[in-house]
Amino acid sequence: MSTTTVANHEEHHDHPTGIMRWLTTTNHKDIGTMYLTFSLVMFLVGGSMILGIRAELFKPGLQLMNPDFFNQLIGVHALIMIFAALMPAATGFANWMLPLQIGAPDMALPRLNNWGFWLLPPSAILLTLPFTLALFGIGDGALATGWTFYPPLSIQGGIGVDFAIFAIHLLGISSVLGSINIIVTLFNMRAPGMTLMKMPMFAWGWLITAFLLIATIPVLAGAVTMLLTDRHFGTHFFNAAGGGDPIMFQHLFWFFGHPEVYILLLPVWGFIPQILQTFSRKPMYGYKAQVYSLWAIGALAVVVWAHHFFTAGMPVPALLYFMYSTMAISLPLAVLFFCWIKTMWKGSMTFETPMLFAVGWIILFGIGGLTGLVLADVAADAQYHNSYFVVAHFHYTLFAGGIMGIMAGVYYWLPKMTGNMYDEKLGKWHFWLTAISFNLTFIPQFFVGLAGMPRRIPDYALQFAEFNMISSISAFALGLSQLLFVYVIIKCVKGGKKATDKVWEGAEGLEWTLSSPPPYHSFTEQPIVK
Amino acid sequence: MATHSENQYFVPHGSVYPSILSLGLLSLISGFVFSVNHLAFGQWMMYLGAAVVIAMTFKWMGTIITENLTGKYKAWEDKSFRVGMIVFICSEIAFFAAFFGALFYMRMISVPDLAGFDVDITPYKDFLSTWPSAGPGGVVLGTEYVAPKFTAMGPWGLPAINTALLLTSGATITWAHWALIKNKRTQLVLGMLATVLLGVAFLVCQGLEYHHAYTELGLTLGTGAYGATFFMLTGFHGFHVTLGTIMLIVILIRCMKGHFTPEHHFGFEGVAWYWHFVDVVWLGLFIFVYWL
Repeated sequence: MSTTTVANHEEHHDHPTGIMRWLTTTNHKDIGTMYLTFSLVMFLVGGSMILGIRAELFKPGLQLMNPDFFNQLIGVHALIMIFAALMPAATGFANWMLPLQIGAPDMALPRLNNWGFWLLPPSAILLTLPFTLALFGIGDGALATGWTFYPPLSIQGGIGVDFAIFAIHLLGISSVLGSINIIVTLFNMRAPGMTLMKMPMFAWGWLITAFLLIATIPVLAGAVTMLLTDRHFGTHFFNAAGGGDPIMFQHLFWFFGHPEVYILLLPVWGFIPQILQTFSRKPMYGYKAQVYSLWAIGALAVVVWAHHFFTAGMPVPALLYFMYSTMAISLPLAVLFFCWIKTMWKGSMTFETPMLFAVGWIILFGIGGLTGLVLADVAADAQYHNSYFVVAHFHYTLFAGGIMGIMAGVYYWLPKMTGNMYDEKLGKWHFWLTAISFNLTFIPQFFVGLAGMPRRIPDYALQFAEFNMISSISAFALGLSQLLFVYVIIKCVKGGKKATDKVWEGAEGLEWTLSSPPPYHSFTEQPIVK
Repeated sequence: MATHSENQYFVPHGSVYPSILSLGLLSLISGFVFSVNHLAFGQWMMYLGAAVVIAMTFKWMGTIITENLTGKYKAWEDKSFRVGMIVFICSEIAFFAAFFGALFYMRMISVPDLAGFDVDITPYKDFLSTWPSAGPGGVVLGTEYVAPKFTAMGPWGLPAINTALLLTSGATITWAHWALIKNKRTQLVLGMLATVLLGVAFLVCQGLEYHHAYTELGLTLGTGAYGATFFMLTGFHGFHVTLGTIMLIVILIRCMKGHFTPEHHFGFEGVAWYWHFVDVVWLGLFIFVYWL
């Protein structure tokens, strides 16, 4: 175990500058930065779309837009937030941090890595191009089916559906490439002595995410391909007249769609325990239990998909199976929650911004998880299904559980990435504004959902007016708070108090042994892990 | 953790190929969408995009071959390629699983369900649950769809020949691999040549089969559940065989140029794995699409 490793960097002395640096780069940190920047930009784009929705829903009746445009905004908002904001953010962290955390010189397949990123901007163009085309009288705008593409609506839809199908293809290729790269990196690039069970939790979270992506993204690609041939080449996959079935699309879609939830969350479950450990100044509790729980959740993720369409009709044994297997996910998740809390237990805790986000994340994501448990109940689901309750539930899991988790990661690692401390005071302001406005946006949606307000409808009954008004005002507050986030990041990139190598007093792990910011080439000599 | 006998991991130069390739894909896709929606310039954007994609793929692979020949890749990089290729093939399996899933779903669930409604309320009175099926017919998006009369593709004509061709090609590529390990150049080139020819013969037979289906059996992409699954499964498989054959030709040329050594030939093995994968998928097709 006394071998050391020196990376052989060809471009050591002359890597290009300016735009060519970013177009051609094979450096994991450059690519990570591009992923994170892209994610932030698309987060604002997707967010402004939904502010259009909330403006329309401010009061009953149709004010600002026609229902078709309303539907387009909803569908594209979801696709952008999931595929262009959350997933690239997680991949960006993987690129930046995995080589640093496992002591590798770079990602294992650097050129592939570059391609993985550069597939994203074309996909974003494909998703949003139909809006622009519609302005010039070509086509009727983006897909108006919601992000789920259900036929027959998606078969009747216009050119926007075609563009979205291919955007999914490109995003899928990007995710598969990213997953291949991460799996190879984790299996082949670890520092000598770092066994799998010594890997940082973030690496575990991403390894399982990558396996889920490899297993499910191609199925989605197949499903939308069938949609494309049904639309243009006369097949009858989703058409009863030809012996097909629209419900089959729901099976294929959610076979991908449910694991997708864990694809978005597992990387966050990876680094949140590291943040908790850092700011509690004591070792992570239950490392093994957490790893096994992540595996259990990854395995269960691919066998529970039909709980997304209980009301579509299926045999009772199938309903029962999908209900019980879904509820079974809460067992390993409960183990994780226990470990997270126990990591903080009796620790010397301080509440810098990343820790605020992490603790807030546990509570809010907990609400997301528990409301999911009631949705998994077949009998109760008939009431909840397709209501605003569902919308509130998955925003607690994906906004709080996903994006606020990512924000915790941003504040945690920003000093390491830039070499400068962010503005702690503004960071705390950002947390409190986000947490409060987030809750004020979505708690009312639980209420109106329970009272029967359906999702994806631009108009609603008068009785829901007050709650929707609160929700809309808070949504704008939530959106504006994110401008503060952007400001804090830009300010930090431009300068500020110099960060030390270790940045946080309680930080553990290889990434903190390098300088802040790390050298252009990460570990030119692989460290040896005891 | 393995110790690495060579201590340097190769991190390549920056490259413009990936980003230009993505741009080519954007043009190819937008062109395709324009052309299926009958808009102007669609076809030209498609051709342009396809040309860019093909050119960039060749340039990119060419770079890798050059790097390989100049000794940039050693055992450590080699392992990365191996793991990467295995994971990639797993993702391909998942892709085919979607179409096999659609076949099983239609055959086991949706067709029997459509035939199994209560006779008093069913709109499909005379529809029986049989396979192959083109569905009960009905109105599709405003136009009447009459389930066509067709003959299913039996297993024991061209498909059986194709099975024999692909299985033989699996054997010849392994024969070539043995030759490579024993450093017998002639046997290697012969084995690869045989594999390429068998691949091409397979594609020719499949072309004949499709022609036969369209002109004589009345079996088309629009022939309901059976036609859709038949052509999508065999079509995507044929597409993979085409890609595999192109890769085999490249490998054949590289064998003739003496690019591979008995110890160092991941390019050969990667393509061989891919070819075996295509072979196994075909066996699945032969059993579930043609035979049962």
